[in-house]
Amino acid sequence: MTILAVEDLCKDFGGVHAIQGLSFQVRAGSIHSIIGPNGAGKTTLFNLITGLYAPSRGRIAFLDEPIAGQPPHRLAGMGLLRTFQNLQVFDTMTATENVMVGRHLHILRGLVPSLLRLPGIVRSDRDARERSLQLLDFVGLSAYADMPAGAMPYGALKRLEIARALAGEPKLLLLDEPAAGCNATETKEIDTLIQRVAAAGITVVLVEHDMSLVMGISDHILVLDYGRKLAEGTAAQIRANPAVIEAYLGTEGADAVPLAADAG
Amino acid sequence: MPLPPRRWLDDPRRGGLAALALILAMLPLVLSNRFHFDVAIHVGLAAIAVIGLNLLIGYAGQISLGHAGFFGLGAYGSAVLSGTHGWPPLLALLASALAVATLAFLVGRPILRLRGHYLAMATLGMGLLIFMVITNERAITGGPDGMSVPGLSLFGYALGSRDKGAWYALVAVLLLVAVWLALNLIDSPVGRALRALHASEVAATVGGVDVAQHKLIVFVVSAVYASVAGSLSAHYGGFITPDAVGFLHSIELVTMVVLGGMASTYGAIVGAAVLVALPQFLTAFHDYEPVLLGAILIACMIFLRRGLLPGVLDLVRARRP
Repeated sequence: MTILAVEDLCKDFGGVHAIQGLSFQVRAGSIHSIIGPNGAGKTTLFNLITGLYAPSRGRIAFLDEPIAGQPPHRLAGMGLLRTFQNLQVFDTMTATENVMVGRHLHILRGLVPSLLRLPGIVRSDRDARERSLQLLDFVGLSAYADMPAGAMPYGALKRLEIARALAGEPKLLLLDEPAAGCNATETKEIDTLIQRVAAAGITVVLVEHDMSLVMGISDHILVLDYGRKLAEGTAAQIRANPAVIEAYLGTEGADAVPLAADAG
Repeated sequence: MPLPPRRWLDDPRRGGLAALALILAMLPLVLSNRFHFDVAIHVGLAAIAVIGLNLLIGYAGQISLGHAGFFGLGAYGSAVLSGTHGWPPLLALLASALAVATLAFLVGRPILRLRGHYLAMATLGMGLLIFMVITNERAITGGPDGMSVPGLSLFGYALGSRDKGAWYALVAVLLLVAVWLALNLIDSPVGRALRALHASEVAATVGGVDVAQHKLIVFVVSAVYASVAGSLSAHYGGFITPDAVGFLHSIELVTMVVLGGMASTYGAIVGAAVLVALPQFLTAFHDYEPVLLGAILIACMIFLRRGLLPGVLDLVRARRP
């Protein structure tokens, strides 16, 4: 079953065509990776899917419903959630509170009950806190529960964003470079975490530069270059694709090394 | 480790409210004359408006340079309805607050889309418009000369401006209620959404927070705080002029938020206390008053950037192991 279908999607910024006529589908229950050199349009694509940008042209369907142009908070309510490449955590709030914001749509949140702290709000907040603590435990951040996010180390914040997104009960989770800036141990932890998320029945779309991570866990890989689809297929097919190797060698030699090494 | 006062201050709702109630109850022992009571009542009334404004500025990270407009509409609403039209003051206060909430809702929808300097300019314009209307509607508001306001009467009990003890008690109770409501809001799904959109609008919105709606909610709530404080001030003072609605008053309210400490509800009271009380006790240096206030503000921004209360608490905590 297809959970996300993108059809003939275009996004222009002035004269720059960030995404050009892109079509692809994501199968429910899979780990679907999107790779490509810097500037290929990966983050733009995420911003289009999550409603932060309106497409210049084309269609996006989530669970067979057209979603292009819908506000992000409504998409979150449908089960479409994401993390960010450049961290977007709520610095002044504790780790637990950060995750509790992720539960926003699943708890009571009336203004008057909030002002008066009515029993319904107290109960619903307590449940939200418990669930958030479970999620912090799930991503391995229990130790930071009461720490302001601004004081947490970088690697932990990457996982905090994942916990916050999971709190929104995603059907589809978009991870934008979850391992960027992480060392080998942290990357391994992220790897395991993504697999556990997928095992819980959540479809994962992953943008990532760490090729061994991508090649290891992806069911399907989409390669972007200059906003267009360059190639699509399983890890083995992508490794063997001459156009992919060409693109990586042509623009970013360094990235081609792990690709080639894995192919060997 | 000693339990009070650190734990008390760390748990704002239970400990903080109890501490504030205690201070408010003990204060009359120190207030030796009517003048002192008068200053304390003015501090309390300003603090109510500042607590509301702090929800908008300190917690949600949105600026308003026109909040005296809402304060003034509450004041003039109460004055006109209870004075000219003979409404019971409590009803006049509630009706004014409702009208201000409606106005804030209607004005807030278009202008809260703006950010930073643009929002500051738009709210400034809004405040100036309200000021102009009140100054020019001479037949209703008395124009620049102002108008007198009848005394407050609640449930058949009349509180004259001279009845300092009763006014003090009323303002103290309302201040506690204002703090309680604000603390509840901050620690609720709405408050978390506000703090979240302050830190990252984009993360809040993809996490399911309707950012525009929440900005509007806090704008309306803070306007109602200002309106209620305005209504009470009008009744207490017995006379109001457009000064209460003016730009300088808006700036004063924002200064109280910043001086007391952004995102610190108790700090809002400290900010109000310093800016209201200090000029009263600096009368000996009357000519230098603005200079001294300016110097205090500059020193505070340099040495206690987070504001007086959070800054001092940080220093206290840093001293303790």
